[in-house]
Amino acid sequence: MANQQKIPFTGTKAQEQKLRKVLRGLKNVDGALMPALQQAQDIYGYLPIEVQEIIADTLGLSLAEVYGVATFYSQFTLTPKGKYKIGVCLGTACYVKGSGDIYAEIQKQLGIESGITPDLQFSLDATRCIGCCGLAPVMTVNDDVYGKMTKDQVAGIIAKYKN
Amino acid sequence: MINLKINNIPVSVEEGTTILQAAKKVGIKIPTLCYMKDINAIGACRVCVVEVKGARSLVAACVYPVNEGMEVFTDTPKVRASRKTTIELILSDHNKECLSCDRNTHCELQELAFEYGCNDKRFVGAHHECEKDTSTSYLVRDNSKCVLCRRCVAVCRKIQEVGVIGPEKRGFKTQIGCAFETDLAGSPCVACGQCINVCPTGALHEKEEIDIVRAAIADPEKIVIAGPAPSVRAGLGEEFGYPMGTNVEGKMATALKMLGFDKVFDVNFTADLTIMEEANELVERVKNGGPLPMFTSCSPGWVRYLEYYYPELIPNVSTCKSPQQMFGAITKTYYAEKMGIDPSKLFVVSIMPCTAKKFEKTRDNQNASGYPDIDAVLTTRELAKMIKQNGIIFNELPEGKMDDPLGVYTGAGVIFGATGGVMEAALRTAVETITGEPAQDVEYKKVRGTKGVKEATYEVGGMKIKVAVASGISNAKKVCEKVASGKSDYTFIEIMCCPGGCVNGGGQPIMSSVVRENVDYKALRASVLYKADKKAELRKSHDNPVIKEVYDSYLGEPGSHKAHEILHTSYVTRTRYEK
Amino acid sequence: MNINELNEIKARALASMGPRVADHTKKDITERTVLVCGGTGCTSGKSRVILKEFKDLVAEKGLGDKVHVIMTGCFGLCALGPVVIVYPEGAFYSQVQPEYVEEIVNEHLVNNNVVKKYLYKETVQEDGVIKALNETSFYKKQNRVALRNCGVIDPENVEEYIARDGYQALYKVVTSMTPDDVVNTITASGLRGRGGAGFPTGRKWMFAKASKAEKKYVLCNADEGDPGAFMDRSVLEGDPHAVIEAMAIAAYTIGADQGYIYVRAEYPIAVQRLKIAIKQAKEYGLIGKNIFGSSFNFDIDVRLGAGAFVCGEETALMVSIEGNRGEPRPRPPFPAVKGLFGVPTILNNVETYANVAQIILKGADWFASMGTEKSKGTKVFALGGKITNTGLVEVPMGTTLREIVEEIGGGIPNGKKFKAAQTGGPSGGCIPADKMDVQIDYDNLIAIGSMMGSGGLIVMDEDNCMVDIAKFFLEFIVDESCGKCTPCRIGTKRLYEMLTKVTNGTAELEDLDKMEELCQYIKDNSLCGLGQTAPNPVLSTLRNFRDEYIAHVVDKRCPAGVCKNLLKYNIMPDKCRGCTACARKCPVGAISGTVKEPHVIDQSKCIKCGACIATCKFGAINKG
Ligand SMILES: Cc1cc2nc3c(=O)[nH]c(=O)nc-3n(C[C@H](O)[C@H](O)[C@H](O)COP(=O)(O)O)c2cc1C
Ligand code: SF4
Ligand code: SF4
Ligand code: SF4
Ligand code: SF4
Ligand code: SF4
Ligand code: SF4
Ligand code: SF4
Ligand code: SF4
Ligand code: FES
Ligand code: FES
Ligand code: FES
Repeated sequence: MANQQKIPFTGTKAQEQKLRKVLRGLKNVDGALMPALQQAQDIYGYLPIEVQEIIADTLGLSLAEVYGVATFYSQFTLTPKGKYKIGVCLGTACYVKGSGDIYAEIQKQLGIESGITPDLQFSLDATRCIGCCGLAPVMTVNDDVYGKMTKDQVAGIIAKYKN
Repeated sequence: MINLKINNIPVSVEEGTTILQAAKKVGIKIPTLCYMKDINAIGACRVCVVEVKGARSLVAACVYPVNEGMEVFTDTPKVRASRKTTIELILSDHNKECLSCDRNTHCELQELAFEYGCNDKRFVGAHHECEKDTSTSYLVRDNSKCVLCRRCVAVCRKIQEVGVIGPEKRGFKTQIGCAFETDLAGSPCVACGQCINVCPTGALHEKEEIDIVRAAIADPEKIVIAGPAPSVRAGLGEEFGYPMGTNVEGKMATALKMLGFDKVFDVNFTADLTIMEEANELVERVKNGGPLPMFTSCSPGWVRYLEYYYPELIPNVSTCKSPQQMFGAITKTYYAEKMGIDPSKLFVVSIMPCTAKKFEKTRDNQNASGYPDIDAVLTTRELAKMIKQNGIIFNELPEGKMDDPLGVYTGAGVIFGATGGVMEAALRTAVETITGEPAQDVEYKKVRGTKGVKEATYEVGGMKIKVAVASGISNAKKVCEKVASGKSDYTFIEIMCCPGGCVNGGGQPIMSSVVRENVDYKALRASVLYKADKKAELRKSHDNPVIKEVYDSYLGEPGSHKAHEILHTSYVTRTRYEK
Repeated sequence: MNINELNEIKARALASMGPRVADHTKKDITERTVLVCGGTGCTSGKSRVILKEFKDLVAEKGLGDKVHVIMTGCFGLCALGPVVIVYPEGAFYSQVQPEYVEEIVNEHLVNNNVVKKYLYKETVQEDGVIKALNETSFYKKQNRVALRNCGVIDPENVEEYIARDGYQALYKVVTSMTPDDVVNTITASGLRGRGGAGFPTGRKWMFAKASKAEKKYVLCNADEGDPGAFMDRSVLEGDPHAVIEAMAIAAYTIGADQGYIYVRAEYPIAVQRLKIAIKQAKEYGLIGKNIFGSSFNFDIDVRLGAGAFVCGEETALMVSIEGNRGEPRPRPPFPAVKGLFGVPTILNNVETYANVAQIILKGADWFASMGTEKSKGTKVFALGGKITNTGLVEVPMGTTLREIVEEIGGGIPNGKKFKAAQTGGPSGGCIPADKMDVQIDYDNLIAIGSMMGSGGLIVMDEDNCMVDIAKFFLEFIVDESCGKCTPCRIGTKRLYEMLTKVTNGTAELEDLDKMEELCQYIKDNSLCGLGQTAPNPVLSTLRNFRDEYIAHVVDKRCPAGVCKNLLKYNIMPDKCRGCTACARKCPVGAISGTVKEPHVIDQSKCIKCGACIATCKFGAINKG
């Protein structure tokens, strides 16, 4: 059951202080859980049990409830993402223009199905429409957007980020 | 009033009534699966769909409110075909092993599949991924049989307010589980088993101990002792078709002997013993300035809750072991000594309405004789199963009796199974201890009944004693909050983990959601106990002759050093989630 | 804030916006405005760098008084982004690279010569004259109502919104209209919800107004989950105050004092601009306490989604704001009676709101004069897929699909043939070529088995396999189903598995009937709109492209050559020159042959990657 790959928690005191401050600000906010999780993920990059427990306790919820919410929404992640987060849009506009092949090519280049590479450098996700359909098919690396992609460009783009 | 027609039959019901309830009024049963009145009206399973004239799609009767002039059809070909497909889809993602399933013949899904003539192979495809969780000593979760009705979640969250389980992920991958997919043992589950009782399928059941009990019985070296708890006799009959609220103590005694137990004692006896120690402890605390209020400690689900969520209140809990543990402890010490049996040869099996007891027997510090106080715990359901397996025709058995000496009990011991029972029993003894005079009235009616939190104040020997009784963890939580915040003026508090007390424990016979909705099962089962108390010759624990004999010849007096060694225990602070 | 102040700001801002609205044939140009598109499409094409470059160079050259550089929302023609427009000439520079900026500044802004080589080709006529943008085929048939300010104003400056009559409607409503007046006006305009189902907005407001309660909420649905649609994003990025003003009007009408805008977290720019807009609206006293001196109070908060399509469904959106898993709950009770946090609530889509202030100002008749009998006004579509001009278009209801695809959209690129257009996203259907002349409105689309949805319009050509498209949408649904109810959780999965059988070539003819039956069951039995519409893509392709399904099932062939399992790559011996290029390229060594002899592909090894076909210079390899 405990099938989650365990990555040691490296949260700092400063991060925790920041989180607690955020949570104090949300104390009297109706429906605070979503904003809490969102901001916690901004602080830590992901939502490990240590973080979710603080949220649960502060907001007076059970951890199972918090976890249920965190695993419902695809933007919340329980594991850290790579230094470079690669996303491939599999929205309709991109899909009909072949983004599926782009995705497969990146899988091949990184040697992973999805998730994170063993060196923690890259993580790969299929995303929904990011609103750049005019540029379909689209891939992103962190905040950089690459539009009108072809399969041959993949290797070059990944190489740009390898150090 | 709202007027509508169901299958062309006119009916008037109050505003806010659902189609399901209105249909029942005109004698029409609409099948349900996920629905549980008040706590789980979520419209998820879609088994209860009906046609409403003018509606775009079928509607779920369990959540759809009636409105004026509505025309409902509950059994059109479309409705029947839809229900059938729904069940067939569920079956396509179900580990269909009815033949060996714990719930075979008690399963709401199976019943529906049969009723609708389902073809369990019409849809085939992937099953959602899951593993069986067998991590705890008391409960097994087999999500391969889960239909995601969420009844367990509703009970755990809304009735118990423990909320250790919940839906996670989404879509086809949705599953019920604990946070971070830890197993149940790694979560602050209180072991109450209430989730089992509401589960419509075999996805949840107790961790069975029948095999080890059978092995012990078959072992010529072992002397196997059975001790049923008060509530077992109030529930067991349901498994054999008796109406709810039938006392089957006599037949149960006979059956236990036929199963091969060497001695059949009664945990009612140690309930009396518990009262002796607990009443004494209360009086001591009152005299010596606390800590007060004192909480009862006989419900392991409650104790576990406290250890997880209110460790700061540990000093307030009575140090008395529960009747189950006292039963094992006294059997393996006093009785063993008296009979000249080596306690290692004794194999003590308690029979409980409870799943938490399976956990309790594994607690630290529960081995007065040097051997575990209790060797095995069977639930009421497991006992019924054993009886059936052995070909014992329960309904035709003669009435038997529990064996001496540890089968003798008073009315005080028997009411332990109902919420308020421990309080009442303790008061009967404490009052006489404090005043030193026999009390006239032994019935404390204010603490009876199935209300979640009950309060009463009694004048005892010039002192005002304020007591509270809570059952169900959500109610326990309210009381704990009050105590923890220093706002309570209670002296003594009884807490039962299960709503209504042990009569409604997690090991009691399963009933369908329809029965749950329509029958006051807590009160019915409790009535068995109050009737037995009323009939009993002796109604106060300290009047029990065997209790007297045990103290006189063995323990000394309540609260003695020896009593402490054998009958008392301690508690630990628990971490909710290990990281 | 009072009306005099509002009008003062309007006059002041209008003056400073001068060049943008001035006559572009005027000779003596004293001032210019440079608009740089800051929509998501162009931003991803470095429009921020371009903006900075313009600002720096303008400052450097001392043009500060005469040239205003402003970032706007989307112009619509995202395919040609990054886009820069210079007024008063209206010069439309497309696909601008940061390197071009210096030249544009020097030539155009300093020397007054438009740099024609960077202009959008269609705007440069043969005689060299620049065509007005709204005369290009892309814009000609459009009528920008909801998008009227997008690409015109600076969305981060409330004064520019005010300049364009902003908050006048709110003033009018609060000071001279009763809630009933507003309901009547909106009802009379015929405005229907742009979020999908087309529910009459006036009626929705009326219901919520009728509910008695202390507290009520007004919500804006900016979750825009339909993959391939970005209308709402553009409104939020280009004209956020239009939404805020309309929400305030709605709040006044139903008696609410709090609003929430639920936005997709994937839209960071929209979120940012919304937050700025709310802040400015508060600072200017346009929302907050005692609006325009009345007793009406209204406040707005932004809440972010977190990647769940189902949260676009109204009850799911509400439970999500409440902090729960976004699982829809059964209706009734309807939100107008029991919505967010259990009190009466209305929810409208972004584009719906974007029409409201103008209806108040220009009147119900004006709005009702556009569109068809039952669908009034305009509709914004996000044109995508196999089409030349991908981007945002806003056309009157009743425009035909052919006009949108062939005229506005510029047709299908690469000389391919139109096969179908998908509207309504995962809930919609595929419209085949023979229905291209149907006038698009709510009811006509439903009649031909699709639906309006939020406005995604994806064009498909002959290279798209319709079974594969149906499967794509269903995969999306399986992924996005909340999992609460049986028909959707298990039913759509089984449907997906059946479609996979079709694309794998393992399905039988009777499976098609079984699929159709299951589709109907899912529609009838699901708890929420997601499940109730999820089978539409399958049903509509089964109906309109049954022959393609049959080709897969009976002939074990994918006519469009998409379904890999049914594909075969073959070398035509008569065309193969034996150059060995393909054999060297094949990643799995499936091709063998001797030099100068025809090669062959070992089908058991081939993984259908297509590398060989791309390599062969002699066109000797085909697939089918
Ligand atoms: C699964 C599902 C997804 C939806 N997604 C959206 C959406 O992204 N944006 C939207 O405005 N409406 C969406 N809707 C429609 C809304 O539920 C709702 O009808 C609409 O926001 C009401 O506003 P309107 O009347 O202005 O259209 C969705 C509905 C369903 C069933
Ligand atoms: S849960 Fe019910 S249907 Fe499933 S295997 Fe057990 S008895 Fe059969
Ligand atoms: S119920 Fe029927 S199928 Fe099942 S074991 Fe009995 S005889 Fe066999
Ligand atoms: S045993 Fe009780 S606490 Fe544990 S999961 Fe079941 S209901 Fe919840
Ligand atoms: S475990 Fe049982 S009660 Fe819980 S959701 Fe599954 S089937 Fe329902
Ligand atoms: S109340 Fe009774 S049945 Fe329930 S956990 Fe406590 S002891 Fe067990
Ligand atoms: S139809 Fe789908 S999305 Fe809607 S409630 Fe059911 S499972 Fe959830
Ligand atoms: S399609 Fe790919 S795998 Fe197949 S023969 Fe051509 S190159 Fe080789
Ligand atoms: S690349 Fe073309 S011509 Fe050359 S060997 Fe391959 S099939 Fe023949
Ligand atoms: S579909 Fe890929 S960006 Fe919109
Ligand atoms: S939906 Fe009504 S019983 Fe499950
Ligand atoms: S984003 Fe720039 S034109 Fe659409």
